[in-house]
Amino acid sequence: CSSDLCRRRTLVAIGTHDLDTIAGPFTYTARPPSDIKFKPLNQSVELTAKEMMDFYRADSHLKHYLHIIENKPVYPVIYDSNGVVLSMPPIINGDHSKISLNTRNVFIECTATDLTKAKIALDILVTMFSEYCEKPFTVEAAEVIYPNGKTCILPELPYRKELVSTDVINKHVGICETPASVARLLTRMYLKTQVAEDGQHLEIEIPPTRADIIHACDIVEDAAIAYGFNNIEMTIPKTYTIANQFPLNKLTELLRQDLAAAGFTEALTFALCSEEDIASKLCVDISVTKAVHIANPKTAEFQVARTTLLPGLLKTIAANKKMPLPMKLFEISDIVVKDSTKDVGARNYRHLCAVYYNKNPGFEVIHGLLDRIMQLLNVQPGKENGYSIKAAGDAAFFPGRCAEIFAGSKSFGKLGVLHPDVITKFDLTMPCSALEITIEPFL
Amino acid sequence: SSDLRRSMAESRVPELLLQLLQDREDGLESLEVARALGLEHQQVVGAVKSLQALGQIIDAEQLSSKHWELTDEGKEIAAEGSHEARVFQSIPPEGMAQSELMKLASGKVGFSKAMSNKWIRLDKSAANGPRILRAVEDIEDGVKEKLLAVQQGKAETLDEKDKNELKKRKLLSEVTVKTYLIKKGSAFSTTVSKQETDLTPEMISSGSWRDKTFKAYNFDALGVMPESGHLHPLLKVRTQFRQIFLEMGFTEMPTNNFIESSFWNFDALFQPQQHPARDQHDTFFLLDPAEATEFPMDYLERVKKVHSEGGYGSQGYKYDWTIKEARKNILRTHTTAVSARMLYQLAQQECFTPVKYFSIDRVFRNETLDATHLAEFHQIEGVVADYGLTLGDLMGVLKEFFNKLGITKLRFKPAYNPYTEPSMEVFSYHEGLKKWVEVGNSGVFRPEMLLPMGLPEGVSVIAWGLSLERPTMIKYRINNIRELVGHKVNLQMVYDSPICRLDS
Repeated sequence: CSSDLCRRRTLVAIGTHDLDTIAGPFTYTARPPSDIKFKPLNQSVELTAKEMMDFYRADSHLKHYLHIIENKPVYPVIYDSNGVVLSMPPIINGDHSKISLNTRNVFIECTATDLTKAKIALDILVTMFSEYCEKPFTVEAAEVIYPNGKTCILPELPYRKELVSTDVINKHVGICETPASVARLLTRMYLKTQVAEDGQHLEIEIPPTRADIIHACDIVEDAAIAYGFNNIEMTIPKTYTIANQFPLNKLTELLRQDLAAAGFTEALTFALCSEEDIASKLCVDISVTKAVHIANPKTAEFQVARTTLLPGLLKTIAANKKMPLPMKLFEISDIVVKDSTKDVGARNYRHLCAVYYNKNPGFEVIHGLLDRIMQLLNVQPGKENGYSIKAAGDAAFFPGRCAEIFAGSKSFGKLGVLHPDVITKFDLTMPCSALEITIEPFL
Repeated sequence: SSDLRRSMAESRVPELLLQLLQDREDGLESLEVARALGLEHQQVVGAVKSLQALGQIIDAEQLSSKHWELTDEGKEIAAEGSHEARVFQSIPPEGMAQSELMKLASGKVGFSKAMSNKWIRLDKSAANGPRILRAVEDIEDGVKEKLLAVQQGKAETLDEKDKNELKKRKLLSEVTVKTYLIKKGSAFSTTVSKQETDLTPEMISSGSWRDKTFKAYNFDALGVMPESGHLHPLLKVRTQFRQIFLEMGFTEMPTNNFIESSFWNFDALFQPQQHPARDQHDTFFLLDPAEATEFPMDYLERVKKVHSEGGYGSQGYKYDWTIKEARKNILRTHTTAVSARMLYQLAQQECFTPVKYFSIDRVFRNETLDATHLAEFHQIEGVVADYGLTLGDLMGVLKEFFNKLGITKLRFKPAYNPYTEPSMEVFSYHEGLKKWVEVGNSGVFRPEMLLPMGLPEGVSVIAWGLSLERPTMIKYRINNIRELVGHKVNLQMVYDSPICRLDS
């Protein structure tokens, strides 16, 4: 049973049994775990269902499926007419009905939470087994009776006919075959095909083994595979278009070049990090960061999406301590914050961050870099119509050496000398100054 | 003051050497020069080297010769005699008590040698303890004589056997001496003028450069690299791919949204809600904000229908589709989610216009990590939407795209994606590895994805994708992805990496 189709037994479970050891009719029901007792497959003693849960916890294969029923008040169980347990799906079959070399008749049962998938799985299993029957390709059907009285005969083994135009197939693949030729191609793919009366359409028989054929495009693919992808002539679409760059990316590309020309080296850091990277290590509480939190992180490194580029750059310096000083790094990339005005509740901002790490903090260097960036963006210094900086307080920066950056009256970033606490928390030893702004106002 | 005199003398050595050389057409050996000028050989070597730096004034051929020298102990013996001889000399005619002899300086060492030479004898039965007596009248101190011979430069008169014997006794050592055979060079002159290193502004204005000679520049050494910043190799490759798409007329999609809803990432792409890729194992789900709140509701209803019931010519998946599952926010697993948003917007236009879109941006997978896989990487995606596009058109576009990467041999293999049918894996022939390697994934979007959006029936959408990291690691020969992406990057590699030219 494929782990994909049956989604690791959560959608469908299948059991095969020696029919001659059991007697129908069979009952699929649910009982409290303490009421279920039988000898499981390949074991020598009878166990209750509860005992089986404990027993199979140590089994490297079966332990992964126990959670499916473990905490439920009743467990699924299949009995024959004599009360013999065939199976406790989706965990384990009974030993009584196990298949052996002497088995002549096979009973296949399929239990599921998705009926469509159950029928597909049953059809495929039955068709594959049936090749080995005494009279090949035969199966004895069974009637399933639901508690509400509804009945159905299974397996359904549905065949259906689809009518597809040869033209459609030719046009989608990009070939020019006759209806008879396409019919031959499809028949080779186990889709028995005949040319219809109109000489153009194709009558295609879809067997129960082809549950994947749900649209004509699935038939088109089979025709193309039979034709051979590498035999198809390669053509260029006549689509005429004029290309446009995404403005934010265009601006980013231009700024990157000039930041490297200014002597800074580009880093590429992870968008995911730990909570402490963006909070406690920067001397703030996580609650003020408006960070997006991940539900199922495998390690602390994937707890949140970054709200600032600074930790990534500081970690890059920490991992490259042997490099000569000064280290001058930059990154222009996206950060993520919560935003209730967006359909998904969060958005990206394109930030630019630069750090200077040396024996001296180099505030004037980072300040100079800001001036250069503004010059490149054609923004003059000036409190009213340009950019300006104003002394500010920020727990991540050294007191008296931190400023907020304004374009007119709107703040778009900060710069300053990092606080020694931040420097040591990132496992660094030298003074460091940093600049971080959003470039989106300058589009 | 002797140092000053020495350095003054040293600065004259080159000139003295040149003067000696003047009359010697067949050249001079450096050892000869040392003897003639009364200098240490090393000083002559220094003079040769400084003359060589000035150009073709001399020709110096390096020679290597071995010669024998006395060790310090050897020098002592050459002066004072061997230990065994000294032992012999110190024994008076009546002999000496052994205990007395052993107290002498050369006693212990010389005694056994003198005994084996049969120069002395031991009388064990003497009255006051064992006594040493002379056994012969006179002796010849062969060792001292041999050492003297070497000291006087007549080492060749000795047997190899003798020399090696003395070497074993640590009295002689064989020394390799590098000497030079010095001849006149093509620019020979007996005077050495002071050499300038560089042109100066004063020389230019005064014209004094005409009368100066300049030190030869060492063209074999490296220059001084300019102080510069550097671009990250992965992003250099990104720039090239961006360029390729723009050259082919593709418009860049806005992909600046890492957070996506399951609806746009999976459901809109006709990926069923039970699909394994939507598992906790492969996808990062969000804790906060956990759910998306806004959707184009009429479109959502059409998506729900095609999943659960079918329609648009499809059987559908026939399962219960829930909006709760679609609301779940995730870190996008592919940029195809953005392509879906763009195609939906395209479908809302009054009149359909053909488009070519591309994107190169970050995606996230919650999978097992190893040397070539990280939780975040960059996906490259190209999309063409137009009436009547064929599989042949997809292959043709791929051919042109990969051609710009210098890849000309392409083959296509059937593949599976939940949202494309047909789907193809793209392979190219790697000349170095001598095998076909996968370079990308591609396909034609399913009608179940396009028709609910409202795109006209005859419109086909072809698409392909590949990762940015893989070609970068191949191009820049990096084996571990952590050295390229993330904070553990090898900064020296960033400093040293060349410009990115994808087609060579």
